[in-house]
Amino acid sequence: MAEQIDWRSARLRSIRDLTSDIRLFEIEPSGEFVAPAPGSHINIVVQINGRPDVRCYSAVGPCRDGVYRIAVKLLPDTRGGSKYMWSLAPGAQMTISTPGNHFELSHGRPEYLLLAGGIGITPIFTMAMALAQENANFRLLYACRRRQDLALGDELKERIGDRLQTFIDEEGARIDLDSEIARLSPRGEFYVCGPIGMLEAAKRHWQQSGRPMDQLRFETFGNSGRFASEPFKVKIPRLGTEVDVLVGQTMLEALEAAGVEMISDCRRGECGLCALPILETDGVVDHRDVFFSEEEKAANTKLCTCVSRVIAGSITIDTADRAS
Amino acid sequence: MTQAKPFPLNSWYAAAWSHEIKHELATRTICEKDVVLYRRSDGQIAALEDACWHRLLPLSMGRLKDDQVVCGYHGLVFNSAGRCTYMPAQKTINPSACVRAYPTVERHRLVWLWPGDPALADPAKLPDFHWNDGTEWVGEGGTFYSLRCDYRLVVDNLMDLTHETYVHAGSIGDEAITSAPFEVTHTDRSATITRWMIDIDPPPFWAKQLGKPGHVDRWQIIYFQAPSTVVGDVGVALTGTGAPQGNRSQGINGAFLAAITPDTEKSCHYFWNFVRTFRKGDEQLTRDIQRAHVNNGQGVYDQDHDVLEAQQKAIDKNPRLPFYNLNIDAGALWARRLTEQMVASEHGQGMHVPSQAAE
Repeated sequence: MAEQIDWRSARLRSIRDLTSDIRLFEIEPSGEFVAPAPGSHINIVVQINGRPDVRCYSAVGPCRDGVYRIAVKLLPDTRGGSKYMWSLAPGAQMTISTPGNHFELSHGRPEYLLLAGGIGITPIFTMAMALAQENANFRLLYACRRRQDLALGDELKERIGDRLQTFIDEEGARIDLDSEIARLSPRGEFYVCGPIGMLEAAKRHWQQSGRPMDQLRFETFGNSGRFASEPFKVKIPRLGTEVDVLVGQTMLEALEAAGVEMISDCRRGECGLCALPILETDGVVDHRDVFFSEEEKAANTKLCTCVSRVIAGSITIDTADRAS
Repeated sequence: MTQAKPFPLNSWYAAAWSHEIKHELATRTICEKDVVLYRRSDGQIAALEDACWHRLLPLSMGRLKDDQVVCGYHGLVFNSAGRCTYMPAQKTINPSACVRAYPTVERHRLVWLWPGDPALADPAKLPDFHWNDGTEWVGEGGTFYSLRCDYRLVVDNLMDLTHETYVHAGSIGDEAITSAPFEVTHTDRSATITRWMIDIDPPPFWAKQLGKPGHVDRWQIIYFQAPSTVVGDVGVALTGTGAPQGNRSQGINGAFLAAITPDTEKSCHYFWNFVRTFRKGDEQLTRDIQRAHVNNGQGVYDQDHDVLEAQQKAIDKNPRLPFYNLNIDAGALWARRLTEQMVASEHGQGMHVPSQAAE
């Protein structure tokens, strides 16, 4: 479904910290309220270094009262969207979109398995509330690094009881994906939102189970990798130039800023339009996209510049430019 | 900001006769949404947005491969839930790639489609249309697809049968209709008009079917279910045999059925049937009745068809809206009120309804 973005002004009604680094924002739009279906996000105009940019945040909960709720994790070493959001005080004027949805929840399936990692709980929480409302058969597996990171854990416990299972990484809990998938009804669906490592594992285990791939649904906003972001250098022999990618920007943004002609669309690692050939690297490519298969990522011949990064070294790439 | 349409989206609408949907791609426009329908090999009906996720080419220009639709442009494949299962030239599938899948239910020999929020698509909200099942009542109807008028004009037409006197003179029309009193009642989802014409000469159609001489009591009990189905319980019985009190044994009973589906704001699909409980095994009568309704421009419904399209043209040309209303329009006005309430509840506030804005 093509997404049409319909912008409107809004007001930040209140904020509440769910954990030490996850904050809930309640936003009142002006004009007609369009209720977000489970899996929806809203786009928000953020200011980064004085320039407007757009970030997507999943709606949290059914939002039936005409107020959008989103939860934002403060990520200091990323591109600055969360830092901007955390700078807002109640009463702030905002520009937001009506909800869009890339992660729709199907109705009427015999069973659902939901899997959330960290801040990936936001769309999964909304799905769990909707499924509970419909008396659907579902379970939610929610993994976090530390117990104090379990945002919305109490609300979930209260609403869905023992259909929730939590897994605390530092307490040694691990999710056995093979047996969780094996328990699921053959026509059941699996919804995943979390860091790229979790998505890749979910895809791998699902594929190995032989189940139809269209019954696995996942969403990524392309902001998490296997490694923490660090600055890196991009060498482009064809153009005789080098471009530095800072921590707070994507490789695609850095290339565009340096005048490299790029085409791109989704800018979240799904469509593959911004992918470029890797000629050489002395570092490690942190593939953060869902466009390339695991085999293609292992072959390491291309990368999605909108989300993927390099650590511990530099990268040499080619571009589409040809002398005319 | 979206302008409210004159039809609710969170409702079941007739999309096709069951027999029309086979294991091949069929198209319909329902409430301005282009839909491609097909019957899966397990008999279930799939209804997808008729526009490929990739470049919006109508999927109906593609083909069915087993139970999935292959786009006729670049070969993307969508399953019956609307999910993309194949993309050319890549090893993975973009997780965002899908087209809308519309809930459908097959009931009463029709395929019903829910164009609104799928989470609300409860089969318990289907209108009661059991008269069309082909069991207790028999008859073969049809559809005027893309009739060029606002669907509400068809509801108006059926909710006031005084028009029979003028549009259908010589068959079912009769002066008695215009002079008989009628009663209008309603619930929050339905409106009913009851009209009894006591001790009258039967009009030609009914006289012939009854096959007995003498005066009759004639009834028209029209039942509207919001937003757009109408069932008219109609018949005659020899006068004085107790039909108004509930004993219809000395009479004959029919029912006209209408499921009207908005196509655009100014066109609709009119699924109709006329069913009866008398001479049920008489297939010639079934064919005759069908021909009496639609017959190359000569049938009763062809007459309505002409009136409705001409009315829409006149409405388009004459900014003098609203209509003026008569006492006879009470049933139609209740029907419109119930539909407007459905639309308003979808938009959280009252909609602007031109036909009711008194000026």
